[in-house]
Amino acid sequence: MKKVLTGNFAAAYGATAAKVNVVAAYPITPQTTIVEILSEIVADGHLKADFIKVESEHSALAACIGAQAAGARTYTATSAQGLALMHELIHWAARGRLPIVLTNVNRAMGPGWSIWADTTDSISERDTGWMQVYCENNQEVFDTILMSYKIAENEDILLPQLVNLDAFFLSHTSQVVDMYDQKTIDSFLPPYKPTIKLDVENPRSFGALTSPEHYYEFSYKIAMAHEKAKQVIADTGREFKKIFGREYGMTESYRCDDAEYILVTYGTIAGTAKDAVDRMREKGIKVGAFKIRYFRPFPVEDVVAGLSHAKKIGVIDRAVSYGHGGAFFTESKAAMYGHDIPMYGFIAGLGGRDVSIEDISGMVGHMQHQDPENMIWIGVKK
Amino acid sequence: MAKKTDKAEIIILETADDMPPMPASMGSMRVNKTASWRSIRPIILEDKCRRCMTCWKFCPEPAIYPTDPPTIDYDFCKGCGICINECPFDAITSEKEGK
Repeated sequence: MKKVLTGNFAAAYGATAAKVNVVAAYPITPQTTIVEILSEIVADGHLKADFIKVESEHSALAACIGAQAAGARTYTATSAQGLALMHELIHWAARGRLPIVLTNVNRAMGPGWSIWADTTDSISERDTGWMQVYCENNQEVFDTILMSYKIAENEDILLPQLVNLDAFFLSHTSQVVDMYDQKTIDSFLPPYKPTIKLDVENPRSFGALTSPEHYYEFSYKIAMAHEKAKQVIADTGREFKKIFGREYGMTESYRCDDAEYILVTYGTIAGTAKDAVDRMREKGIKVGAFKIRYFRPFPVEDVVAGLSHAKKIGVIDRAVSYGHGGAFFTESKAAMYGHDIPMYGFIAGLGGRDVSIEDISGMVGHMQHQDPENMIWIGVKK
Repeated sequence: MAKKTDKAEIIILETADDMPPMPASMGSMRVNKTASWRSIRPIILEDKCRRCMTCWKFCPEPAIYPTDPPTIDYDFCKGCGICINECPFDAITSEKEGK
């Protein structure tokens, strides 16, 4: 079944199709309509789930942690300051190895107060142990939520996953989304079967005090699960293609094969970059676009394989790590260490500033004529 | 490999592979021992003890059982010394751990 959906609807319908058992959410700003839609779906009886309305985002994730530990498939959604308020429990969920899926609508952090697109909120959660994926369109939002549960709940992985979509450009923009047949979705994503759970017949304590003789190993196991996740993400993407016809990897190359200039980016800017590449190709400039879907685990092998033939590489970040540069740029540059290819870090679109085809063409022009720099600001009013 | 000791419920975790993915105990708090950092070991002197059970009442853990004489469970005693301080008959002494 195809429907015209905003990103918020695509996320809510994705969680519904995944047959989540528990949704816990804080309903007020900076919340989006994702959980409002889900509350209606649950109230109307279309999804047999418990909807827990809580008093803060901190409590929302805490409720998900408890429910997931008891064996439920859980879901929550938030944005910006809401994600920041969850921070303590974001660590808890990952270290507790609870495969929660959280949709984060990427909004700028205040002040100044903003509800527009900016990925600083999720990139600030980089080191928590969560897997992070960034979506380019609403179909990808729906599909990614289904795949996220399958990847996260894999018994070799057991890590929570953050599904990110840009505010307004996806959350409030309508696009055609194919929602497939529920029976086919059920065969792709069977019910969650936890390996270890809260059980009165077999009591355990979860998240107990861990001494130096064990803590180090728990961290090692999370790191190894991230390494294994690279393969599981690729396998799940291929299985998804076989069933539903759309393939998703950790990265996606667009017209990169013979490209001299490659623009690396993520989220909705990746879509604009593809259009910009088409226009520049018409003018004879050999340029390609390289989309990074997964920020954690970071697809080092795919990045090296996809970029090492380029003459120059530009990375566009819709966030900035103050004092150094964009996170996708610094990670990509580290991955390309030893390849001796000039790399340009572009900071663009912060706080929802539009990133146009002309802006992206301008970046390639900059790469053609200027020396590389780590932080090139696009469109600062001077 | 995880070793099972003669006490069937105790499992010793030697390698990362023995450990569950998350810090969940392999059973209830009965098997999740919590006294590894104790630096002072309280010792009840049976001759001086009058069985008043003041130590049992004050132990915050509780790691003292009201037996005759009271016994200290060293798998859970943190060595806080409250029992030593509260004993009305100076019947609890202490020694340093790891001598």
